[in-house]
Amino acid sequence: MAKMGQQSWLYNNAIYINASGTAVGPMEADGPLSSSFDQSYDELHCNQDNWELAERQLMKDAINACLQKAGKDHSEVDLFLAGDLLNQNVTANYVAKELGIPFLCMFGACSTSMETLATGASLIDGGFADQVIAAVSSHNATAERQFRYPTEYGGQKPKTATFTVTGSGAALLSKRKSNIRIESATIGRVMDYGTKDPFDMGSAMAPAAYDTIKTHFQDMGRTPQDYDLIATGDLSAVGTPIVRDMLKEDGFDIEEMHNDCGLMIYHSDQPVFSGGSGCACSAVVTYGKLLNELASGRYKKILVVATGALMSPTMVQQKESIPAIAHGVALVREEGF
Amino acid sequence: MSDKFVQNQYNKTIKSYQPKPNYFLNCLKAFVIGGLICVIGEALTDFYVNVFDFSEKEAVNPTVTTLILISALLTGFGVYDKLGQFAGAGSAVPVTGFANSITSAALEHKSEGLVLGVATNLFKLAGSVIVFGVVAAYVLGMIRYAWQHFF
Repeated sequence: MAKMGQQSWLYNNAIYINASGTAVGPMEADGPLSSSFDQSYDELHCNQDNWELAERQLMKDAINACLQKAGKDHSEVDLFLAGDLLNQNVTANYVAKELGIPFLCMFGACSTSMETLATGASLIDGGFADQVIAAVSSHNATAERQFRYPTEYGGQKPKTATFTVTGSGAALLSKRKSNIRIESATIGRVMDYGTKDPFDMGSAMAPAAYDTIKTHFQDMGRTPQDYDLIATGDLSAVGTPIVRDMLKEDGFDIEEMHNDCGLMIYHSDQPVFSGGSGCACSAVVTYGKLLNELASGRYKKILVVATGALMSPTMVQQKESIPAIAHGVALVREEGF
Repeated sequence: MSDKFVQNQYNKTIKSYQPKPNYFLNCLKAFVIGGLICVIGEALTDFYVNVFDFSEKEAVNPTVTTLILISALLTGFGVYDKLGQFAGAGSAVPVTGFANSITSAALEHKSEGLVLGVATNLFKLAGSVIVFGVVAAYVLGMIRYAWQHFF
């Protein structure tokens, strides 16, 4: 592995995504990307007794779909990297208990999707593992309970709020060739521009996305035109124009090839305020739609920058501002498969 | 990078990116829905006075109880949170909003058991209303008592 600049990794070996799996809830299944998901549920409980079990089910479904597509058994996997949004990362922990794969639990809020992918690829590159599963999950109702109010509470939310995506995405990585290669990654710094509104995470996360994207271009000596798509995780309708304007001021015009997973996952007329958020937002869009587009050849090279608001309800009540982080992973299409 | 996006200007700059709440429309919605809830309350009072021969004063308790029941049922059926998003203060301020805060907390924590889940968390949201309600009543009661006693 080669360190590029201060924060980027260029993988020495060719590391591939062999298969991916996604599972989503009802709102996501009604959205424009419904055909790209492996499994969907028509109700939020996903046939389980409570919300936490529902989220766990989604992660299990995503991993099962992923392993099934790869034709692998979980006993063949060396390492499981996963995270979610709940306290003590319970979803990932309990799924890891059932899988029995050596496990590294990770938390980067909604940036965990690319955090697990980048770390997994680096561990394979360093020779510490042959096959790695990277997975994340989030659930609208568990996130509401964890960060906001009871799900049925009738409090009014402002238009800047985001809607946590219910779903899970998983990917199997190894050196075994496939048509999607993990080329490089940029590890983000925690950025805090002093915003305090938990109902406006787009504004809180935009500086983190800006910093990571800019650093990626500088470290790798690239320009936005090197990518067919630059996808941010969950900046929503508020954060998206902010990050574009911030980068434009530094001479990086990403308007043409930039999109936000939080805006891609829902129709504009769905009641999701300013867009989707959550670990699963970037994961189900990337591991579904974006990998499909890479496999089909529509995209040759993409940069996914998952953004995470490192928000804690206790810290918000203590009047602290909301720190944010973003991690970027560059994926390229390999011809000849 | 211009001054616009430097750290200490950021909070000012992002205001132009945030969609503005429509205060007039929000007030109108709150007025209409809040008003409608009160009309239902009035109709219930009339019902208890005319059908069950309650006095106007006696009819208050069954009226409030009925509104709480309706609100709790609407919360359970997943309707009240949608009403709340539409009406804002219109559905939060009346007694039905108070009932919604308690019922939603109870539903949310049901999976943690009856005692440590439901009972402990029942007043998670409504607790502050009760605390400040009692404190305000005490302070005003003392003022009123002093006023009557000394003047």
